Amino acid sequence: MNAVAAGHRRLPVGHEAGDRRPDWPWRRTSLALVASAAVVLPFTLPPYRLFQLTLVLVYTVALLGLDLVVGRSGRLSLGHGAFFGVGAYTSAVLIAQFGVPYPLTMPAAALATFGLGWAAGRPALRLRGLYLAMVTFAVAVVLPPLLKRLAGLTGGAMGLTVPAPEGLLGLDDDQWVYFLVLMVTAAAFAGMRGLAGSRPGRALTALREHPAAAETLGIRAATHMTAAFAWSAMYAGVAGALYTWTAGFVSPDSFTLALSITLLAGVVIGGLGTLAGPVLGAFAVLAVPAVAQEFDPAAPGIVSGLLLLLIVYVAPAGLAGLLRRTLWGLLRRRA
Amino acid sequence: MFFQQLAEGLGAGAGYAALALALVLAYRFTGIVNFAQGELALLATYVAWQLVDSGLPYWAALPVTVAVAFTAGMLTERVLIRRVESAPGPISPVVATIGLYVLVNALAALVWSSALRAFPSPFPDAPAGLAALAAAGLAGLVLGALALVVRHTGLGLVMRAVAADPRTARLSGIRVGQVAALGWGAASAVGALSGVLLAPSLFLEPAMMTGVLVYAFAAAVLGGFDSAPGAVAGGLIVGVTETLCGTYLAFVGADLKIAVPLVLIVAVLLLRPRGLFGTAPVERA
Amino acid sequence: MKRLIMALVLLLSGCRPGEEVLAGACAGQIGTGVTATSVKVGGIYPLSGPASAYAAVAQGVRAYFAHVNDSGGVAGRRIEFLVRDDAYQPARAVEEARRLVLHDRVFALFQTLGTPSTAAVREYAHAHRVPQVFVATGATRWGTDATRPWTIGFQPSYVAEARVYAHFLAQTRPEARVAVLYQNDDFGHDLLDGFRRAIDGTSVRIVATRSYEVTDPSVQGQVANLAASGADVLLDVSTPKFAAQALAVDAAMPGWNPLHILNGVAAAPSMLKAVGHARVQGVVTAGFQKDPGAPESADDPAVGTYLAAVRRYVPEADPAGQQVVYGWTAAQAFVKVLEGMRCPSREALRAAMRDLRKVELDMLLPGITVSTGPGDAFPIESLQMARFEGSRWVPVGGVVDTRAEFGPVRADPDQGG
Repeated sequence: MNAVAAGHRRLPVGHEAGDRRPDWPWRRTSLALVASAAVVLPFTLPPYRLFQLTLVLVYTVALLGLDLVVGRSGRLSLGHGAFFGVGAYTSAVLIAQFGVPYPLTMPAAALATFGLGWAAGRPALRLRGLYLAMVTFAVAVVLPPLLKRLAGLTGGAMGLTVPAPEGLLGLDDDQWVYFLVLMVTAAAFAGMRGLAGSRPGRALTALREHPAAAETLGIRAATHMTAAFAWSAMYAGVAGALYTWTAGFVSPDSFTLALSITLLAGVVIGGLGTLAGPVLGAFAVLAVPAVAQEFDPAAPGIVSGLLLLLIVYVAPAGLAGLLRRTLWGLLRRRA
Repeated sequence: MFFQQLAEGLGAGAGYAALALALVLAYRFTGIVNFAQGELALLATYVAWQLVDSGLPYWAALPVTVAVAFTAGMLTERVLIRRVESAPGPISPVVATIGLYVLVNALAALVWSSALRAFPSPFPDAPAGLAALAAAGLAGLVLGALALVVRHTGLGLVMRAVAADPRTARLSGIRVGQVAALGWGAASAVGALSGVLLAPSLFLEPAMMTGVLVYAFAAAVLGGFDSAPGAVAGGLIVGVTETLCGTYLAFVGADLKIAVPLVLIVAVLLLRPRGLFGTAPVERA
Repeated sequence: MKRLIMALVLLLSGCRPGEEVLAGACAGQIGTGVTATSVKVGGIYPLSGPASAYAAVAQGVRAYFAHVNDSGGVAGRRIEFLVRDDAYQPARAVEEARRLVLHDRVFALFQTLGTPSTAAVREYAHAHRVPQVFVATGATRWGTDATRPWTIGFQPSYVAEARVYAHFLAQTRPEARVAVLYQNDDFGHDLLDGFRRAIDGTSVRIVATRSYEVTDPSVQGQVANLAASGADVLLDVSTPKFAAQALAVDAAMPGWNPLHILNGVAAAPSMLKAVGHARVQGVVTAGFQKDPGAPESADDPAVGTYLAAVRRYVPEADPAGQQVVYGWTAAQAFVKVLEGMRCPSREALRAAMRDLRKVELDMLLPGITVSTGPGDAFPIESLQMARFEGSRWVPVGGVVDTRAEFGPVRADPDQGG
């Protein structure tokens, strides 16, 4: 995709274009801090915490992809739980039924979900409005019974158990999987960052902000949107494959419409259209129910629901926006 | 036996149709897909159950419930939705309704526990097929009344104006906010009807409307999502395919019956992109 | 840094952190989680989410362990029981199992609930050689899959239950034409397949089957379909909510009055009360536990002990609830296993849970005992048919020993492991 942008003069974006929103200060410092923490943590965390952290990274990849649709294109997808499931099953079936080495299953999952995303997005994205939500809803609802129907391949309702990747380089299994997932997450971030400033990325922003004007300028809405949607589905599929490696078990009822809704909630809680948002959102949707659980079995629903409403009303830019704002507030007061 | 199954399908379909209509109404007046619609209906159904349980006769509890639901729907619009309507992008309000959905569901489980509760049927002594048809008839009556109000009264005209084009309606001096609240009230009341109609056969428990919402959503989508008659027709189609395809489309089977209307949706989108009854919006820059 | 070095040292020494290797007579065995005065076990239940009604099992378990601890524990050891929530999600169950094993350092996992969660945790338990004792699901594979010896079931398997229904029909309605409503998951398939094989060679026939998804709003359509088949028996393999719907539709249909066989998972008295006792007369089911509310239990001392303990230790629980009785019974069986261990080690626990000879438990119906051994990994295989009369289940016929009647359960050739 970047090749398209190469021959053109770059339009000013961000600060040059007059964007005066406060930027995150100390970019390099915080990046270095995060990176070193990510490397040290697996050796200091107790194993089950490490497992939770790995899951947060898995969800982060999925949310990065979903943000491409929801945050950067302004469309609603109810099918990312299903794409996640297709990725997870592609990997699980290849490993458990065909003995394919697990690293090879990720590109397979990526390819499958990219294709599925393209096929689902193509008809739906020719039109504005709710059509994408409708088609993706159909995909999300049909997937679990379909997985059960194809029992010979998918293990049916029983699900499939997958042996965990064995640790290499003297690392524990858990640590090895963590580093694999970490590498993929880093690559996913790099990909998304590259897209944000590229020509297709800016085309998406234009289409979101003013579709009619953008089309007048010669931006082909359907093509750009479909490509974005396919990439987004692929991110979810890759996250699904990572999930299979991490959890070691897939079952059809893990990938229902509820997962799609959880992902949607995560991307909004984290903050739309930001890079930090997916991490924060993944952390929130996984940690909040677990923590609330400690107080009362009914608490997770109440706390999650309130948190969602609170975010929408108090911090529409999500946790990422909230973080940025409080930090700047503090800095300004000091100055 | 065919009649029996058709009756069952129409009875269930009437319930789906009512909730689908509620979704469409909320969408028409505010442009928001209300994921909490089913849970608001659940809440209303619990209110009805509580009323009947405390000794109120069924036919007295029903109007009270509908009135409560209407007020609750208006309040939801005024308090929650109006504040996020102006937020950038269509996503925030939708996520607010998801938050509401999760919250209301957890609260219902907290207040009424997850125990299964029997809900009185309006026609307790009728055999299965007839009861289902009577329920469908009741739904048809209420929906017909609603249609009359919308088509033939001044209020209905105002509502249609707002639904068609809020900006122009506002410029003509219509208080769009109030009408939108009215729309959500009506949606919530119709939703309550769906809950009350389905509860006798589904049994009341906190997850009752979760599955219904999926079917109602399918029904609304089938009708194009912005057409009230389309939602009703969609609901009936979903209800009837659900019962009949297990028997008459053996290769589909009961497990994939929900796929039938959904495959239909995708096919309709490809051939007739506005849905069976949808209308094409005119885009203005 | 210190922890980093420690981690490296542990890695190099080839030892997983936190495992205690015994010496002496039990040399080489793992004794993590056991001391001279305590034994720590963990259970994973759906305390929240769609299956939270089953959380009551944990209450029964807690009541029994508290009861045992107050009378001196097991061989001087107090049982410390940790309960974790998986919300019926397999991934969360694995996460909680890891936490129990690696962080809380439990001796064994006592119960995981539901087949998906149990299947997911089973691989983990196997890899870490942690016993997963008396899992609360009736899937047949816990007993047929010899490659996972650390996991064992408890209640009669769904196949055993299906066999009892087949036995009952062959004796009372040899020409029965059966319609089956089943949940489209492992539970439904296991029971349906078991039934199919059990009626093989009899003149009982299945004439129609309809499945439903747990996410479906209702099963009315399916039951209407089944009615069209003209069957004279309805085998209802569903969970309580859907069973209630099926019973209500069945009762409302004037033209169809089949014998309604309600599977044990759904036969909860509270559900039947919601449907209305008048509408469920004559429904049959199979069970293996005593009903604390039944008149014949009134002067049963074992039931008395149970009721007193539940009221004392878990006052929030409903002592008449099947799930609570189930938890109590499984916990008592676990204590018997602990008593049978030769060493305070996981290996000894595994050996003991696979070597139970006709163990009697307080809340099992008379004539039903717990037995395991080489070639038999199904603790309970006998059931008793019961018919709903008035406002309760009334036993019909005697206890049916399905192993004696049908032979050992073998793995389904169609579904590997």
